[in-house]
Amino acid sequence: MNKTFDWEACRRDFPILDQTIHGKPLVYLDNAATSQKPLSVIEALVHYYKRDNANVHRGIHELSNRSTVAFEGARARVARFIHAPHPDEIIFTRGTTESINLLAATWGATNLKPGDVILLTEMEHHSNLVPWQMIARRTGARLAFIPVTGDDGMLDLSRLEDYLTPQVKLLSMVHISNSLGTLNPVEELCARARKMGVTTLVDGAQSAGHLPVDVQALGCDFFAFSGHKICGPTGIGVLWGRQECLEGMPPYQGGGEMILTAGYDRTEYKPAPHRFEAGTPDISGPIGLHAAMDYLDAIGRDQIWKHDQELAHHAWDQLSKLKDIRLFGPAGNSPFRAGLVSFLLKDVHAHDIVTLADQAGVALRGGHHCTQPLMHKLGVESTARASFYFYNTRAEVDQFVDVIREIQRFFGR
Amino acid sequence: MFEDVNDLYQQVILDHCRHPRNFHEIPSCSVTAQGRNPVCGDQLKLFLTLKDDRILDAAFVGSGCCISKASASLLTENVKGKTRQEATALFDQVRGLITTGQDQGDVGKLAVFAGVHKYPARVKCAILAWHALLEALKGGSAPVTTENEAS
Repeated sequence: MNKTFDWEACRRDFPILDQTIHGKPLVYLDNAATSQKPLSVIEALVHYYKRDNANVHRGIHELSNRSTVAFEGARARVARFIHAPHPDEIIFTRGTTESINLLAATWGATNLKPGDVILLTEMEHHSNLVPWQMIARRTGARLAFIPVTGDDGMLDLSRLEDYLTPQVKLLSMVHISNSLGTLNPVEELCARARKMGVTTLVDGAQSAGHLPVDVQALGCDFFAFSGHKICGPTGIGVLWGRQECLEGMPPYQGGGEMILTAGYDRTEYKPAPHRFEAGTPDISGPIGLHAAMDYLDAIGRDQIWKHDQELAHHAWDQLSKLKDIRLFGPAGNSPFRAGLVSFLLKDVHAHDIVTLADQAGVALRGGHHCTQPLMHKLGVESTARASFYFYNTRAEVDQFVDVIREIQRFFGR
Repeated sequence: MFEDVNDLYQQVILDHCRHPRNFHEIPSCSVTAQGRNPVCGDQLKLFLTLKDDRILDAAFVGSGCCISKASASLLTENVKGKTRQEATALFDQVRGLITTGQDQGDVGKLAVFAGVHKYPARVKCAILAWHALLEALKGGSAPVTTENEAS
C-alpha cells in the first residue's frame, strides 16, 4: 500500500465513518453513489450560514458581497480543479444529470437536425442516455452506441470508424463506468472525434474526484461532474464547456440573474456562465464544493487514484478466488480498472447480498446502477457493487470479502 | 455472522426461494399480470386460471431476489381454490402483515413475512407479486410497480 500518505489518519476527518451499523463497525463501500463529507466541508457550510449568508450578485451590502466573492471564488476553484482555461466556462448545475440535460436542451436543440447521430456508448448511465433520447425525439436525430465487449467491460474500438460517421454530431461518453469500473480512453476518443468535427462531452461523475482531470488534455468540448461524489454537498454540479461552444448556445432556463436588460417584449441575455444560471443559485453548494476540492487536492488526486486502484485490485484478486462468482469490468491489475468492483454470486440475488452485507456493517449497492440497457446486454437484471474511496482501507476490503464468503455460506446451507 | 436476519430469511422463505413452487407459465390461463420493481429491474409475471369466480390454478415466472421469489411462490400456493373476494381479502391481510409486521389474522405459512417490515428496502420485494395478483384479479394488463408502496 501507498506509503506517502497516512490514509488511516484522514478517516478522522470523516466523523460519519466512526459508527457501528447493526452492532458492527461501518464499512462504507457505496462511494460511487455518494461520498462522505470531511469536517472541512461541513464546517464551510456551517460557517456560510452562520456568518455570510445573503443572496449573490447585485447586492451592495457587506453580506451579499461576501456571498458573491465566495460563490465566484468557488467557480474559479472549479476551473483550477479541472484545468479549465477560464472560470467563465464553469456553469453551476444541480449535478451531472442536470449538466447533461442542460447541454441537450441548449446545444442539442440548436445543433441537431433530422439524420444527425448522437453517439454514446453501451455503458452509459441513464443520465447520459435519457436526455439524448428526449432531444433525439424532438429534433429527429438518432442515437448510436459504441459497443461494450462483454463482462470485461471494455469499449470495442476495433470498428470505431463504423460508428464515428460523418452523420455524428456529438460523442458523449462516460469517463469511468459506474457499473463496470472501466476507465475509458476518452482522450483518444476525443482526438478521433475532433478530427471529424464532432463535439464531445465527457461524463466525469465517477472520475472528477478520483483522478487528476485536465479538460484541455482530455481534449473534450464539455465535461460534467457532481459535487456530492467528490466529498462536496448534494445538489451542486458542474458543466464545463469550451468558450467557443458556449458562445453559440441559447439560454437554458429564463429568469433573474441571466439577463443583461429585460423588456416586456424582448430580453438580452448575459454571456456564459450566467446565461445558463437563471434564478438564485445554490450558494452554499459551491462553497462546500470549494472546501471539498481543497481537501482532495491537499491529498492529491494522483495519490487517490493509486489508492483506489490498489483497493480495487486487491478486492478483485480476493473475490476471484471465490467459486460461483461472476466479476464484471476489466481485470484487477488492468490499468483501465477504476476503484469499484461489480459482481454477482450464483443463485444469490444482488439485493440479498446487499441486505446481508448491511447486517455485517458493510454498505454496498445492488441493482441496475441506472445502466439498465447494459445490464440487459450482459444478460443480468442487476449486480452487487463495492465502490472505494481514499478513506477505505485494505482491511475493510478484506472484511468485505469475508462477508461475501459468509453470504455464500448462508445461501448454500 | 447473520444471526439477526433470520426474521427476514426464514427457513420457509429460503426453501421457496431455492425451490419456487408453481414456477412456470400457464399458456391457457384466464388472466396474467406483470409486476416490476424499478429499483432493481426485477420483474415477474403471474398467471391465474379462473373458473367462474374461483382461482383454479396459479403460477409465476420471472427474476427476482429471494424475498420476491419466495413471496410469489407462496402466493401461488395460497390463492389456489380461493374466490376473487377471498384472494382480495388475503391481499389486504398480507399487505398489512408485510408493511406493519402486525398479526392480520390467520394467514398460515404467509406469516413468515412478518419480519420484512424491519427491512424497509425489502418491503417492495415482498409485496410485488401481491400487487400483480390484485391487478390480475381486476383483469388489468398494464404492468404494476411497487414504486408508490410505502416502505
